[in-house]
Amino acid sequence: MKKSEQVAGNVASYIDDRTGAAGWAKKNLTKVFPDHWSFMLGEIALYSFVILLLSGTFLTFWFDPSQQEVVYNGTYAPLSHVTMSASYASTLHISFDVRGGLLMRQIHHWAALIFMAAIVVHLLRVFFTGAFRKPREANWLIGIGLLTLGIVEGFLGYSLPDDLLSGTGIRIAEAIIQAIPVVGSYLAFFAFGGAFPGHVFIPRIYIVHVLLLPGIFLALITVHLMLVWYQKHTQYPGPGRKETNVVGYPLMPVYMAKAGGFFFIVFGVTAFLGAVASINPIWLYGPYTPGQISAGSQPDWYMGWLDGLVRMAPPLETHAFGHTISWNILIPGLIIPGILFTGMALYPFIESWISGDKNEHHLLDRPRNVPNRTALGAMSLSFMLISLINGGNDVIATHFHLTINGIMWFTRFGLFIVPPIVFIITKRICLSLQRADREIVLHGRETGRLVMTPAGEFLEVHEELTPEQKWTLTQHAQPAALALPSEDAHGTRSKSAGIKGKLRARMSEANASQVAAPTAEQAKELEGGHH
Amino acid sequence: MRVNRFRRNKFAGPVLVVAALLTIGSAFSIASALPSAQKTEVSAQSTLVDEGKQIFLKGCSSCHGLNAEGGAIAPSLIGVGAAAVDFQVGTGRMPMADMSQQAMRKKPIYDAKQTAALAAYVASLAPGPATVDPTSLTWERDGNVAQGGELFRTNCAMCHNFAAQGGALTNGKYAPTLMGVEPQHIYEAMITGPQSMPKFSDKTITPAEKLSIIKWIKSAQSEPAIGGASLGRVGPVTEGLLIWTFGLGLLIAVAVWLATKAR
Repeated sequence: MKKSEQVAGNVASYIDDRTGAAGWAKKNLTKVFPDHWSFMLGEIALYSFVILLLSGTFLTFWFDPSQQEVVYNGTYAPLSHVTMSASYASTLHISFDVRGGLLMRQIHHWAALIFMAAIVVHLLRVFFTGAFRKPREANWLIGIGLLTLGIVEGFLGYSLPDDLLSGTGIRIAEAIIQAIPVVGSYLAFFAFGGAFPGHVFIPRIYIVHVLLLPGIFLALITVHLMLVWYQKHTQYPGPGRKETNVVGYPLMPVYMAKAGGFFFIVFGVTAFLGAVASINPIWLYGPYTPGQISAGSQPDWYMGWLDGLVRMAPPLETHAFGHTISWNILIPGLIIPGILFTGMALYPFIESWISGDKNEHHLLDRPRNVPNRTALGAMSLSFMLISLINGGNDVIATHFHLTINGIMWFTRFGLFIVPPIVFIITKRICLSLQRADREIVLHGRETGRLVMTPAGEFLEVHEELTPEQKWTLTQHAQPAALALPSEDAHGTRSKSAGIKGKLRARMSEANASQVAAPTAEQAKELEGGHH
Repeated sequence: MRVNRFRRNKFAGPVLVVAALLTIGSAFSIASALPSAQKTEVSAQSTLVDEGKQIFLKGCSSCHGLNAEGGAIAPSLIGVGAAAVDFQVGTGRMPMADMSQQAMRKKPIYDAKQTAALAAYVASLAPGPATVDPTSLTWERDGNVAQGGELFRTNCAMCHNFAAQGGALTNGKYAPTLMGVEPQHIYEAMITGPQSMPKFSDKTITPAEKLSIIKWIKSAQSEPAIGGASLGRVGPVTEGLLIWTFGLGLLIAVAVWLATKAR
């Protein structure tokens, strides 16, 4: 044994003797994870969170979260001797007078955009493959919580510098708080410590941004990952993959290497963006003053859909009993997001209620095999996308020579017309893909090779799929519609046959109407047959 | 009432005639007593007006009317002043190429001399703001960038965007970008209020403040791309676009690569 090995062994047994870590490590370091690129989307979010913690800590060394008025006399000449808040002045200081400060600011902001985008694509993967089904409903809820808090955290983050753009965003946030019926104005006064903008709001959101929310994030992410660990990762269906196993590679060394490498790539891409592309150039926006506004003021993209909804809301207000209810802000700013996020959170429970499926699922769905869910997802995406388009209507109008009113009316109608159309089209595409799967399992792949038999007959050779491929395309269960009798054996009306029961029966029926996957007998019958 | 009674007076006519003759006579004698250099300038001015009128009749009167009195599709130009003409024609907005929402900046159709002639003609119709002499705009010396920035954000950014990149207005109208606009034209736009733009009189924004605004616009224009590619300086929309295309696209490509089985 070499000297170094001996030392390493001594250290290891020293630790093991005191903690018993060897058994734990042996068990966990060999834990198997399935391999697929779409399982790494959540990792992007995790790594950008680490980048956010690191770069954010750097920024706190110089950032002064105060709305105290100061006169700027730093390096950036176009703002010299301008009166501004200390938070804006310190952000300018970070950008121009701290070595690497601007790079860190830009890395922090780009990482935030990547963080949110990665959360969204991760959520889409989980949704479209049915990874939220039992036993992972709790992890789905944690994920929705992380998404929601991420939006809030991002908003608070870019509100901190107190520049003209972020002040405009805070003003809109104040309006949304005020739109809450009856208590709105009291809540706004409470949050701002008086009238807008006051001088307590930025110190308050600072501590929420750097302490409270990151703490909650850390806790939720830990639970999120522990649940993945404990419940084991889902896997795509395929030969040898069962509900009871996990096919993949061990954590050590394969995933350690892959995940470690991926972290540095995410960091690299973020740092590259921070170095070459300007983000949130607050020195151009100028300090916030309630009397000023810039054309084309936009929130960051993850708030853009919300802004788009507010922009398209028609001016509706009700005055009753000395109170004003601003429906034009209440509906797009609170009610619609409330419905969307509640619906999203409850979706696993709604789906299992419709299907009556209470089984555990560790094999993922191919999106085409669950047409209604896939169509619902695509429909919701189109809703968000149309709202997002209206959020950028002014920039779109100037860059594509369109009228802002035209875009607004397009999105006002589009919000109601496009999603149902997307639902129908997506569902048809899913069913067509199912049909294509059936076709290729039963008849094989068309090779385009024509063969003339000695009798003079022409045949196109169809290449049969391998048994593994056939298995992958036909393994999914196609549950029948729930039978919901309106009367039981005694002729009394069943409880489940009310409106709720009828709805459930209809939706379950809709879920069950699919292109039948070929059975093993059908596939066998045609084996070797050329058509 | 009093005026009417005076006009009904039988001496009113003769008195007016005598007064008019006296005025004309004395004005003529003063004019003929002027030094000859000034006389040629006046005549040069009137030739310029004539030239301008000819250009106007050919290029502008079909919309603005034979006497610049305006029409169904074009405003009256009486009283708009030489500054308005210099801005509209000098930036190529007039004559209009198409009758869409608003005249856009393009390559000028008339050269400097023709523009000056048109301006002189329109100025001769009624008094209005005069063409701004670029040499009188000492913005580089007298302007204050920081003050200009504050004025810009208070008065201009709401339409022209925080970095003077332009912005959308209602029904397809827009506030154009101010990048690459001549200082003289920026100044003239402020004093004449072209198209949807309000007029900023010298009482609202003093001439010195106007110079500061010009200085800030020019400083924003020449400011190097601090922090990397500026992404059009239109705010978070292009940032979001970049992250969803390049940023996430690249990271997903890497994920696909990492998950590829070794062959």
